[in-house]
Amino acid sequence: MSDHHHPHHDDDHVREHDRPLSGPALRVKALESLLVEKGLVDPKALDELIDTYETRVGPRNGARIVARAWVDPAYKRRLLADATAAIAEFGFIGRQGEDMVVLENTPKVHNVVVCTLCSCYPWPVLGLPPAWYKSAPYRARAVIDPRGVLKELGEDVPSGVEVRVWDSTAELRYLVLPERPAGTEAWSEDELAAIVTRDAMIGVAQVKVAGRSSR
Amino acid sequence: MNGVHDMGGMHGMGPVEIEKNEPVFHSGWEARVHALNIACGFHRKWNIDMGRHSRERIPPAEYLAATYYEKWLRGLEMLLVENGLVTATELATGRAESSGASALRPPEVAAFLRVRRLARLDDKVTPKFRPGDRVLTHNDHPIGHTRLPRYARGRRGVVERDHGVFIFPDTHAMTRDRKPQHCYSVRFAARELWGPAASTRDSVYVDLWDDHLDPA
Repeated sequence: MSDHHHPHHDDDHVREHDRPLSGPALRVKALESLLVEKGLVDPKALDELIDTYETRVGPRNGARIVARAWVDPAYKRRLLADATAAIAEFGFIGRQGEDMVVLENTPKVHNVVVCTLCSCYPWPVLGLPPAWYKSAPYRARAVIDPRGVLKELGEDVPSGVEVRVWDSTAELRYLVLPERPAGTEAWSEDELAAIVTRDAMIGVAQVKVAGRSSR
Repeated sequence: MNGVHDMGGMHGMGPVEIEKNEPVFHSGWEARVHALNIACGFHRKWNIDMGRHSRERIPPAEYLAATYYEKWLRGLEMLLVENGLVTATELATGRAESSGASALRPPEVAAFLRVRRLARLDDKVTPKFRPGDRVLTHNDHPIGHTRLPRYARGRRGVVERDHGVFIFPDTHAMTRDRKPQHCYSVRFAARELWGPAASTRDSVYVDLWDDHLDPA
């Protein structure tokens, strides 16, 4: 397995996540051994799957989509009209991104994405979801109190702005197109992609430039 | 089912806490659980809706106490036994009673992940609704799987867009019946769902199927 992102096994936070119900690490090891013995899984294929999601798929993919949409009006039109096809132009296709919808934030509309029933998330463009997105607090509160959640996370949405919450209950996967921050008019596509964050593409943050924001 | 997984609108869950520089997996076993789920899916003994329903059936107290990948481990164990890939005895003892299956191999992984496992279907089905139509969601409480969350049952909304024809998860999870039908994005005013304390401006969009909706 790749070790690129496994440096933190000793810190307190990880211990909390590893808190065993019934020794999950042991149970997983036993299950994997059984499945390998039965010929149902190949451990090297598991390594390959893990490496894919740790190093090759992630929010940098989505950031490239957003940056392209900011600099190329024709691409943005294609993206809003048929997100699946426009995202596939970058080669970002497959599992948990089969049918994409892009939601455009504007000065009047703020979109935010949740999955109240499980953990649906657009893997090809954002990677695997962060723990908070899958957590009970977010799943419970995003639909009933989106402004409260956003405020806690540092986004005080003005009362004149409409908040639209998208609950991912089907196989459509949602990506928020954040507002382009003021002062970036001369920036290159690569420079823009570098400031687009995962949280902005879920809709719980704005894209900011050195303390400034688009709102 | 009216399970604890159906969390929209619940109170008392605490603050949303974003971890800075969060790793993709917090430990090696979490990564193995994620990969095992995908690699076992290669055998096509269950569908994604059956997978979701397995985790929904984890008893409520255990569901709330478990971390995310503990739920995925528990769900995978259920799927393996219920669909005949592993016997209950094998799971309990950890010793294989038979073998000989053909597993997903490393060179096949990339292609396997890029396959578009479409829930969208080519079936020609007439939509019951069009964008702009007013709808009333069913006030149903099935014991089995459903993608109509409790907070949106018996509520009035407006069809925002027709996504096309999709597998109907509510039957697909229980009997593997795809029951092709249109899936729509339905807009609900926040006040329709949450009462007068909610903002007059805001709304929640839920993806729902013909079988969840009546004209309003």
